[in-house]
Amino acid sequence: MEKFITLTDTAVPLEIENVDTDQIIPARFLKATDKAGFGENLFRDWRFDNNDQPNPEFALNKPEYKGSILVAGDNFGCGSSREHAAWAIKAYGFTVVVSSYFADIFKGNALNNGLLPVQVSPGFLDELFIEITKDPSVEIKVDLEAQKIGIPKKDISEHFEIDPYKKTCMINGFDDIDFLVSKLDAIKEFEQKKSHKTQATTPL
Amino acid sequence: MKKTLFDKIWDSHVIESIPNGPDILYIDKHLIHEVTSPQAFNELKERGISVFRPDQIVATADHNTPTENQHLPVKDLLSRKQLKELTQNCEENNITLYGLGHPYNGIVHVMAPELGITQPGMTMVCGDSHTSTHGAFGTIAFGIGTSQVSQVFASQCVLVQKPKKLRVNVNGKLKKGVLPKDVILYIISKLGTNSGTGYFCEYAGNVFEEMSMEGRMTVCNMSIEMGARGGLIAPDETTFEYVKGKEFAPKGENFEAAQAYWKTLKTDEDAEFDQEYSFDAEDIEPMITYGTNPGMGIKITGSIPMEGGKSDAKALAYMGFKPGESLLEKTINWIFIGSCTNSRIEDFRQAAAYIKGKQKASNVNALIVPGSRQVAAQIEAEGLREVFENAGFTLRQPGCSACLAMNDDKIPAGEYCVSTSNRNFEGRQGQGSRTILASPLTAAATAVSGKLTDFTKHLN
Repeated sequence: MEKFITLTDTAVPLEIENVDTDQIIPARFLKATDKAGFGENLFRDWRFDNNDQPNPEFALNKPEYKGSILVAGDNFGCGSSREHAAWAIKAYGFTVVVSSYFADIFKGNALNNGLLPVQVSPGFLDELFIEITKDPSVEIKVDLEAQKIGIPKKDISEHFEIDPYKKTCMINGFDDIDFLVSKLDAIKEFEQKKSHKTQATTPL
Repeated sequence: MKKTLFDKIWDSHVIESIPNGPDILYIDKHLIHEVTSPQAFNELKERGISVFRPDQIVATADHNTPTENQHLPVKDLLSRKQLKELTQNCEENNITLYGLGHPYNGIVHVMAPELGITQPGMTMVCGDSHTSTHGAFGTIAFGIGTSQVSQVFASQCVLVQKPKKLRVNVNGKLKKGVLPKDVILYIISKLGTNSGTGYFCEYAGNVFEEMSMEGRMTVCNMSIEMGARGGLIAPDETTFEYVKGKEFAPKGENFEAAQAYWKTLKTDEDAEFDQEYSFDAEDIEPMITYGTNPGMGIKITGSIPMEGGKSDAKALAYMGFKPGESLLEKTINWIFIGSCTNSRIEDFRQAAAYIKGKQKASNVNALIVPGSRQVAAQIEAEGLREVFENAGFTLRQPGCSACLAMNDDKIPAGEYCVSTSNRNFEGRQGQGSRTILASPLTAAATAVSGKLTDFTKHLN
């Protein structure tokens, strides 16, 4: 996984609440068996009309908004567990998603793909929307080490929370598989003890 | 210390707690399907790691499969390729696969419980958010992303922070015509779609105790629609009776021993929850949704709220509805009875009991999709196929079908569909489709009248 330490860039404002994973990547695009190519279908049915023409009203199609930070409304990523949603956002070119709330599974999927979900207060999110729409060239700084997000030019910032384990993984580019494989002895020992009394080890 | 049902199962599966970090949680059963597993198998291959515990994984093909002519090669080439990869991956890794055409094939959350793969006290995961369904057995079951699918392949564990605990109590007597689907739609309409984020939810109260396993599965299935990672109900005699004798359930003395343990799986009195809500069963009526998330629900005789949240205007514009509007008498051209929420035998019995002797309205396309081959066989054996076909309903072969419209079962743009599935997101059932979530009874009644009606007046 790529390392993430700090990022300063412009942002795209997606002022919509409850953005679900079916909007991020509609189910009809989930037939691929690799991780490539999901970026072009990100927000497909919002970005394009029925004739595959770009919808000029949609934030991602507005030429003034560019950058690798997506700022979205409350409860981002609700719905299905499809990791394709995180892959699509990353492949499109975003590295950070900011919202006042993230759905659990999406948040985990994002962190497992080097896409940083930054949860801010509703008030700070409103401020970000106001500043970005007022001046689309305004830069946002995300400092993972210090757990701080802000607009340096405006001298506004806010602290954000992140699981310390996940923070270490993001900063160092570690991933969970390596970690779990390093624990296989403990896992085998646990299985031996069968401390839980389910039929887990009965072959199907 | 007093423990909740959730604590008891979770704590007994923790291998190690990382200080200030997640737990390493041992997973008893891992269910996989064609859509969220191929990239996980690739990941393992690239790293040269083999599947650690193939005996604890079960695969099915459901999301992407056609519901007609399942004996023929799948027409859609991308779907066919995805199914072929699942078959190859399972063969290479010695994983049991109940593929298309197998008597055990079906929607992952329908086939695993009916085969006795799902048992109380287990931890279960699947690359599908509706894995919460299995919580109906007093099981910790939750959806995971594809990266986590590869973690479970590699170690039979996931790294996950222990969620907080929520309890939802519903007590009292349910009104006539109110089904488990209405109960969960009501709860979500009251609490909202992110009320459960960060929590695991236990459902308690006589309403859940009196529900069948099918009903409990419907409730737990939709836990994720209020944001909760999972939901669970304490196992009881109804649970044990359901599990007993199932193909992969423990037998004889082993069953007795397992049952003795399962009986300990209940929340201690005075155990603490981080959040708790209580509702009266008498307040619940048949429910429908009017918007584009499952929290936007009203009773069928109600009106769309005048003062909605920030996203209501967008949702209503998409649905073609107005604030304050009643949806009674609204013409509906499509109904869908199926999905991991409502495609079990009880759902079809309820629909058939209403439909019997009636005809669907001429404007309606009525699609019935069983959750599994076993459910399909039961429909046949109980004579329900005749009921559906005589009434003009179309009975298909099992699969996820029009719930997420990955296959050809799509609702046309602009059309309303009264659907027993779990999500009414924009375009969920096909581009431009408009979904109204409801119970199997409401869907059946809508098909007969061709519009939304207060069918409870006509119930015996």
